[in-house]
Amino acid sequence: MMPTQTNVKVDGWLEAVDRLAGGHLTLLSLWADPPDVKMALLDEASGAVSIVSYHCRNGQYPSVGVKHPPAIRLERAIRDLHKLEAIGASDTRPWLKHTAAPYEFLAAEGEALHQIAVGPVHAGIIEPGHFRFTANGEFLVRLEARLGYVHRGIEASMAGAPLDGAAKFAARASGDSTVAYGIAFALAAEMALGIAAPPRAIYLRALMAELERLANHFGDIGAICNDASFSLMHAQCGILRELTLRAADDYFGHRLMMDIAVPGGVVRDIAADGAAHLGTLLAEVRRVFPQLVELYDNTASLQDRTVTTGIVKPDYARQFGAGGFVGRASGRAVDARRLPGYAPYGDLKFEVPVLTAGDVNARVWIRIREVEQSLALVEQILAALPGGALRVDLPSRGGEGLGIVEAFRGDVFVWLRLADDGSVARCHLRDASWFQWPLLETAVEGNIVADFPLCNKSFNCSYAGHDL
Amino acid sequence: MRKTMIESLWRGPLTEPAPPADDAALAELAAKVNRAAQARLGRSLSIRHVDAGSCNGCELELHALSNAFYDLERFGLRFVASPRHADVLTVTGPVTVNMREALLRTYEATPDPKWVVAIGGCAVDGGIFAGSNAVAGGVKDVLPVDLTIRGCPPSPRQLLAGLLALLKV
Repeated sequence: MMPTQTNVKVDGWLEAVDRLAGGHLTLLSLWADPPDVKMALLDEASGAVSIVSYHCRNGQYPSVGVKHPPAIRLERAIRDLHKLEAIGASDTRPWLKHTAAPYEFLAAEGEALHQIAVGPVHAGIIEPGHFRFTANGEFLVRLEARLGYVHRGIEASMAGAPLDGAAKFAARASGDSTVAYGIAFALAAEMALGIAAPPRAIYLRALMAELERLANHFGDIGAICNDASFSLMHAQCGILRELTLRAADDYFGHRLMMDIAVPGGVVRDIAADGAAHLGTLLAEVRRVFPQLVELYDNTASLQDRTVTTGIVKPDYARQFGAGGFVGRASGRAVDARRLPGYAPYGDLKFEVPVLTAGDVNARVWIRIREVEQSLALVEQILAALPGGALRVDLPSRGGEGLGIVEAFRGDVFVWLRLADDGSVARCHLRDASWFQWPLLETAVEGNIVADFPLCNKSFNCSYAGHDL
Repeated sequence: MRKTMIESLWRGPLTEPAPPADDAALAELAAKVNRAAQARLGRSLSIRHVDAGSCNGCELELHALSNAFYDLERFGLRFVASPRHADVLTVTGPVTVNMREALLRTYEATPDPKWVVAIGGCAVDGGIFAGSNAVAGGVKDVLPVDLTIRGCPPSPRQLLAGLLALLKV
């Protein structure tokens, strides 16, 4: 499905901004392809995706973020990476580019407030970022994240690279979502080239994507409970995660299934006995997982930590177009597998679980329900796995395309422009975390400092996928 | 909960035998590690991890070391929350320009004697990110590196084999 593309002047740009601010459209991303800036917009009623493109005059464009806050950090990133200015922007601090000048955190005023500075190096084995808490006693008044520490220059590195080389960068945007990124990049490239991957490749991609979702959800459910000091769940979920990764290694040759989904199809088939043995994994998960869900549901001390903790307001989830469990735990019934949707999910039966409480508990339950759905999806995919080729040849020609794929934490958006020789002229990647990090800041307000790790883990935003 | 725990008892441990320490890692270490320091630390090492620009793939596999199958702590190896408690720094990722300072400060906060283990293809020499304007290079371009564990990401078994070499020199 090709999105509509419109080149607009100031009026058209501002009209799109108004429609975003009015809640009629959802911002999928905002990026620069100098001298143009582009916005991808989703109409949630119809599933239609449109792109508006504005040709900057003197390196300037009218700010989106001034009326539609979800765009603020994207504008700051555009300024850092492409030196294009959002005129009228309320926040002009650097974002991905760190300078020697001290970073000005947003103010919080009141009596008896103190600040707690955490990071970029954290206590656990997690990614680097800085959190600046302002607290009144134990209660959080404000959290502001400062990110960009893992900025590796992925988009700049992709420019000029051949497609297969660029795919390796996309696969390393966020390692926990390497399959989703691989598929999203492949879909964008295939749209740009006007080709389609063979049916078997499309099903194998979906199989890997669901295994990736299962592994991550197992890890997250266990880790969230662990942050409430309930280590039994962590240990048990860790076993399920390890079994899933071992199955991936046995049948796809890589525990994270990295670099397998590529433009044109997939680079390898599932091992000959893979389909049969995956059935064993599913049976083991079906045997153990319900007991763990029951354990989670019946442990009052654990529920005490997760219920009503870290609430994301449904209005914010809608405004920010929050994907994944963050959005769906706060009433936003959007899953990229359905909206806008991509193959083979139109041929598969699954439900998109939605809750409205918006707390840590709801984000755990969305993951639990999604584990159940993914198990059913893996079965359907194995049953319907078509035969035939794994990959088609890639023509060398120019074009533009986009891919939107549901990673375990939400939608991954990839936009790609190919040069006439088929190499990458410009590629933009947008992780779901871009629209989830700001909501974490709202969710922790009024919670105690000690609940921050729990809130943070229930989001499990990507630093690498955001910082690029 | 009782059911899950009893079942775990009946099933017996999932924990697997240790892989042999990596020969290449042993050779690399033998040339570098001060034996006197090693003797003083005995068979227990505290590890502080720093992600200096990783895609988080290496972190997933470092996490896996603590699961029931690999059980890192049975070897006397454990992850600690502060560099001030650490003997070993594990570092992943190409070192980004934005993380260079934090990595150096973490190293300086780690008491001597200390070792640096570069984990993953990016940490070895920058990997596919070598040459990017946002990247300072591999770990060795910023800190003295004692041991490298390759892989993208290295599997938990590869990580374990490399880390066990630290105890075997």
